[in-house]
Amino acid sequence: MKKVVSKHPLAVRWFHWVNFPVLAVMIWSGLLIYWANDVYAIKYGGKDFIKFFPKGFYEALHIPFRLAEGMAYHFFFMWLFFINGLLYVLYTIFSGEWRYLLPQKKSWREAWLVVLHDLRIRKVKPPQTKYNAAQRIAYTSIIVMGLGSVITGLAIYQPVTFSFFTTICGGYEAAHLEHFILTIGYCLFFLVHLAQVIFAGWRNFQSMITGFEIIKPTAETTDSSPSAETNTSRS
Amino acid sequence: MKEKTLSDKEIRWRSLTSFAVFIICGCVAYFTWKGLRNQEKEAGAPKTLRKSFLANEVIFGGLFNETKLVKTYPVTEAVKQVRVNGSYGLNDPSFKPDTWKLKLVKAAGDTLFVSLDDIKKLPKTDVVFDFKCIEGWSQKTWWGGVTFKDFVKHYGLQNEAEKTYAGLVTPDKGYYVGIDMPSMIQPQTILCYEMNGRPLPLNQGYPLRLIIPVKYGIKHLKRIGTMFFSDSRPPDYWPERGYDYYSGH
Repeated sequence: MKKVVSKHPLAVRWFHWVNFPVLAVMIWSGLLIYWANDVYAIKYGGKDFIKFFPKGFYEALHIPFRLAEGMAYHFFFMWLFFINGLLYVLYTIFSGEWRYLLPQKKSWREAWLVVLHDLRIRKVKPPQTKYNAAQRIAYTSIIVMGLGSVITGLAIYQPVTFSFFTTICGGYEAAHLEHFILTIGYCLFFLVHLAQVIFAGWRNFQSMITGFEIIKPTAETTDSSPSAETNTSRS
Repeated sequence: MKEKTLSDKEIRWRSLTSFAVFIICGCVAYFTWKGLRNQEKEAGAPKTLRKSFLANEVIFGGLFNETKLVKTYPVTEAVKQVRVNGSYGLNDPSFKPDTWKLKLVKAAGDTLFVSLDDIKKLPKTDVVFDFKCIEGWSQKTWWGGVTFKDFVKHYGLQNEAEKTYAGLVTPDKGYYVGIDMPSMIQPQTILCYEMNGRPLPLNQGYPLRLIIPVKYGIKHLKRIGTMFFSDSRPPDYWPERGYDYYSGH
């Protein structure tokens, strides 16, 4: 007999795992589109410091001359991304899961303590419910970013019909840049997320598939055994 | 979060079921993806994605408001160096711009030939707007000509304007577009003969090109040869090669 905690509802697991390949396709097809006018670079002293993206990068991923294909995939999968994301947000609100997710007043200071703990600088782990403060900020920000991609995307795709969006983005070219920056943001988020999932270990990872996590029968708090702050009864 | 005690057997069963569903769904996703990648193409795009273009056209085309104007700018903000992109339809060495006439094929099948001088006599409309290329770049550019609406009025093309599409073709038939009528009659759509207040350069479509601010650049056909009207989709160069037919925004 073992003690387990129900960590991730089925809905959360579905939305999470559907989003992964769908967002990957959106980013890949977006790259096929971006290549056709790949103007972005971080410049320093008038020269390109980081070019988005070097020729070798495009060639390695077989990106050139596939604009039409990119748009065909992008404008189909955008519906899956949007509907999945919308259902996730609605679920988060109506199920009460938002209580675990939204940053609290103390989260902003606490997130810094989490980072110090993750970097092994601080020995004490800040108390948390399902997610720690840094996760609350990250997992809420990613939803805001998703909404940003939809708005900037529509500002690019339909700048006359959705001229309101194009205006609030700061114009057609600004919407392009913001859309690109958000995408780079997803890539950086993914790298950190992947690293954190690996560090959190197998018991935590499998909870995003099975929904529950086995509590290790020791008094020590490891990074994957949550301490419940509130008693909420949910299945 | 809810805590409970489960037997080892129950934990094993739940884990196995969850992983099995996960792997099965993963396989379904993988094979669906592969199916899409290998699907038969229709006009250059996999059939499902071609249907998706059409569905998007119904949704976003349904939101199109032909009385809504695109953002315009003062002439002073128009760029001096207008980008030249694409020369399909402009490569015929036998083309004689001085003797060119617009070939207007009417609904009943009779043809009207309209000269550049005839067109210049009609009311002139200037538009300075963000020309948007499908590649992703845009430029504020200044164009002048007669609105399609005024053209219809002058030549009594009311029957033609009731058709679903207008089709335009270059004289050498090298480039061709089809435009839905609501977009055609939008007030800023012009049969254009001036750029930056001067006659169109040859590489921008002299003597006459289409400038249609509610569509992406691929629809702004250069060097109009023939114009006709139809209830079925006129052939369109880039949509044949995988692009969206509607290309409106």
